[in-house]
Amino acid sequence: MRNQFICVALLLCALNSACGLYFHISETERKCFIEEVPDETTVIVNYKVELYDPRSNGFMPSSPGIGMHVEVRDSDDKVILSRVYSSQGRISFTSHTPGEHVICMYSNSTAWFSGAQLRVHLDIQVGEHAIDYANVAQKEKLTELQLRIRQLLDQVDQITKEQNYQRYREERFRHTSESTNSRVLWWSLAQTVVLVCMGFWQMRHLKSFFEAKKLV
Amino acid sequence: MLSNCHRTTMNAATSRQNSTKLWMLTLVAGIAALMQMQCVSGVEFTFDLADNAEDCFYEEIKRNTSAYFEFQVSAGGQLDVDVTLKDPQGKIIYEQKRSTFDSYQFVAETSGVYTACFGNQFSAFSHKIVYVDFQVGEEPALPGVDEHATVLTQMETSSQAIHKSLNDILDAQTHHRLREAQGRKRADELNHRVMIWSTLETASMVLIGVALIIILRNFFTDRKPSQVHYGRL
Repeated sequence: MRNQFICVALLLCALNSACGLYFHISETERKCFIEEVPDETTVIVNYKVELYDPRSNGFMPSSPGIGMHVEVRDSDDKVILSRVYSSQGRISFTSHTPGEHVICMYSNSTAWFSGAQLRVHLDIQVGEHAIDYANVAQKEKLTELQLRIRQLLDQVDQITKEQNYQRYREERFRHTSESTNSRVLWWSLAQTVVLVCMGFWQMRHLKSFFEAKKLV
Repeated sequence: MLSNCHRTTMNAATSRQNSTKLWMLTLVAGIAALMQMQCVSGVEFTFDLADNAEDCFYEEIKRNTSAYFEFQVSAGGQLDVDVTLKDPQGKIIYEQKRSTFDSYQFVAETSGVYTACFGNQFSAFSHKIVYVDFQVGEEPALPGVDEHATVLTQMETSSQAIHKSLNDILDAQTHHRLREAQGRKRADELNHRVMIWSTLETASMVLIGVALIIILRNFFTDRKPSQVHYGRL
């Protein structure tokens, strides 16, 4: 009975997780996704890999032996997560610096050539979407209304973080523009100086040259 | 979706001590819950589209489900990309050639796998950074909220309204963030180019100045016999 239930549950889970976005990659290919997130934001990635089965011309629902190497880099190109997961996995990380986080996935296959096709189901949830409210309601014993308010609070929180990040990015943008501005200014000054120096040197040099050659 | 699965197995683990009767109940309830649950998914991500490449994403959509599709190119080349959206029969339901930003809302006419393809075949050098937002179905309700179909109190309706507006704010923020990214990347590029060009220009100015003198000197020194000729000029 228990086993039966677990079987049914697993089957339903398999069916359940089969929906959502998916794409195809070859076994040796590397696929990267970029998530631009503010700091202290949780990102949850769910994925499931299916191997192409040439016999049935379809994809095997479960493919043991296929592992996925997942690598997460933050905006400073620092690795914050690099691990090999099985064919199905759930990765969650929290950003500590704001910016573009790159999530790269590639299979651990040892095929030399392109190998077989893989189908990857992917689901990425960021920020307040990543919160599991059923869990929250159960743990904190919230009523329906409290849960709604809780969700609103989380959203406002996310918006505040995003705005802080926006301020940070604006600062960076302004910095770049100011740098361009000062470079253009200094360069134009330097160019004038170089031009005057060059002209002066040319005149002097030619004059002394002509005098030496007794041309003038 | 996986979290739901996790919970179900957790349920299975905790109620192991309980009687078989409870088991049956959980089983029936679990199946009912899963049956009721529609394939709701929303995913937004940004990916790197290589030059000369075409990347496709697939999404299974049930009949009569509304879906929202949005894309925005935030960096690379002229910020353009080819986009096609195909229904399960392979018929093109939406197409854009070399566009930067657009959104499209549709209701699935048939159940099946819908394909969204991004093409960059026209550009041989520049790769593109593309943001995609693909929402299928309505947003899943909070657990325990829609179980009883009673009239909503004013508190509930206003909280729902606030929730909707906050969602709109978040979408607007995302849009502006991407627009800002476009501008910032342009500015970075400009800064870099100004730097390189100014260095090159200074170097070439000095080189040309020196070269001019050398060439001029050569006019007067190379032809020794004609020095008298020049002297008369």
